[in-house]
Amino acid sequence: MPIDKQMILDYVIREYLEEDDDTEITYNTELISGGIVDSFSMVSLKRFLEKKYNIQIPDADATPEAFDTVNSIAALVERFVKA
Amino acid sequence: MAFSTTIRQAYQDELAGLRTAGLFKEERYILGPQGADIEVEFPAGADGRPVINFCANNYLGLSSHPDVVAAARRGLETHGYGLSSVRFICGTQDIHRKLEKRLTEFLETEDTLLFPSCMDANAGCFEAILGEEDVMIADRLVHASIVDGMRLCKAMRDTYKHSDMGHLRDKLIEHQDKRIRMIITDGVFSMDGDLAKLDEIVALAEEYNAMVFLDDSHASGFIGKTGRGTHEHCGVMGKIDVITTTMGKGLGGASGGCVSGRRELVEMCRQRARPYLFSNTVAPMIVAGTLKVLDLVFASTERRDRLEANTSYWRRGLTEMGLDLKQGESPIVPVMLYNAKLAQDMARDLFAEGIYVVGFFFPVVPQGAARIRTQLSAAHTQAHLDKGLAAFRKVAGKYGILGKGKREIMEMYGK
Repeated sequence: MPIDKQMILDYVIREYLEEDDDTEITYNTELISGGIVDSFSMVSLKRFLEKKYNIQIPDADATPEAFDTVNSIAALVERFVKA
Repeated sequence: MAFSTTIRQAYQDELAGLRTAGLFKEERYILGPQGADIEVEFPAGADGRPVINFCANNYLGLSSHPDVVAAARRGLETHGYGLSSVRFICGTQDIHRKLEKRLTEFLETEDTLLFPSCMDANAGCFEAILGEEDVMIADRLVHASIVDGMRLCKAMRDTYKHSDMGHLRDKLIEHQDKRIRMIITDGVFSMDGDLAKLDEIVALAEEYNAMVFLDDSHASGFIGKTGRGTHEHCGVMGKIDVITTTMGKGLGGASGGCVSGRRELVEMCRQRARPYLFSNTVAPMIVAGTLKVLDLVFASTERRDRLEANTSYWRRGLTEMGLDLKQGESPIVPVMLYNAKLAQDMARDLFAEGIYVVGFFFPVVPQGAARIRTQLSAAHTQAHLDKGLAAFRKVAGKYGILGKGKREIMEMYGK
């Protein structure tokens, strides 16, 4: 199954940005180290991906680094979709 | 393992990194008791400088109140200095249980358990009352101690956008398959100073069968008509399942905290909360002092009324001179500056003007949301407030930000 980066990006914007927040987010924007997503709220993104792609991402792999950009998230998901 | 030169160097490099990033925290020494007028030694070794304190949690001005000090001294004489024990071995005196009963009356709950601090109460209570089959749904701006407590708990964690009731509703719907849903919020948010929409939260909790957890540390003693807290202000007393709060802010400012709420949940904390089970009891003189604080708060609303009036005056003054404030009703009044260096520079200049405030910036607040957090006290007089306002006008004028909004300040100083 191809990883839909736009869908991940849309979820990030909907879930983490306030309505009046006009921060521009691309596939390479640093979400966690850039302070857009805190590592604590990352959990809902992980659950969203697990449901969407019917996968289990072990906590050891769900690191702030792996979740830092839409590109790195897509790479992580792809690894588990293939597995 | 020896503390080798290599290891020492690694720590020195890390500390140097904090300095370079502007994240290194330095203590400032107060020469005397806490109050509105204090003398501060900063930097270390400098002569003491008299300043007006606008950054303490001394909301009711009781930190050095003579009646509280006298009660603590009497407690020291009648109940000793320390208990040398955790509560459940031999660390509970008659006055500990008396204070728990008084706090239960004050918060209008079913029962209360003292903790060494509210940090400990928050760190311990989730693990004690929730399990793997449950979910914790927290406002994204809750205090760090709640985040730590949630991390220690096996229940699923989720968050909702700050005070966004639509988002909270979505989360409650999403988690209907869980055994227990617990909504977690601060009463007054410590960095923004706004109040939780507790009436709406309780309505959602009833609609979606959830429990409500409230940390009212920045509210107990002064929010609400008789100072009982955010649940009084929002008209939902008796409907909050767990309240944690501190005696280290408005209620005397020494130390100690509590979990208060449904009898069974408090009892679970007594049986299972690790910070309660494995750390020393609250010192007797602090218990005695806090009992006096509660007597004063029960006897009169004069202090919380004065705090409310001071807050209105301060907010109006800062707004009229053209500063950009976070809106709210609490005595936490953040002056928004957006840029970290600007916040630090202005705090330094205000200190030179005799006004003690602190700049906050990432990671304590989000990127691009740097601010000076001012805090009011019932101990502030009109003269204190006027001097503070005059200093803000002078310093903000120097940096050219009077009458400027977020966009303009960010254009001038960057994010």
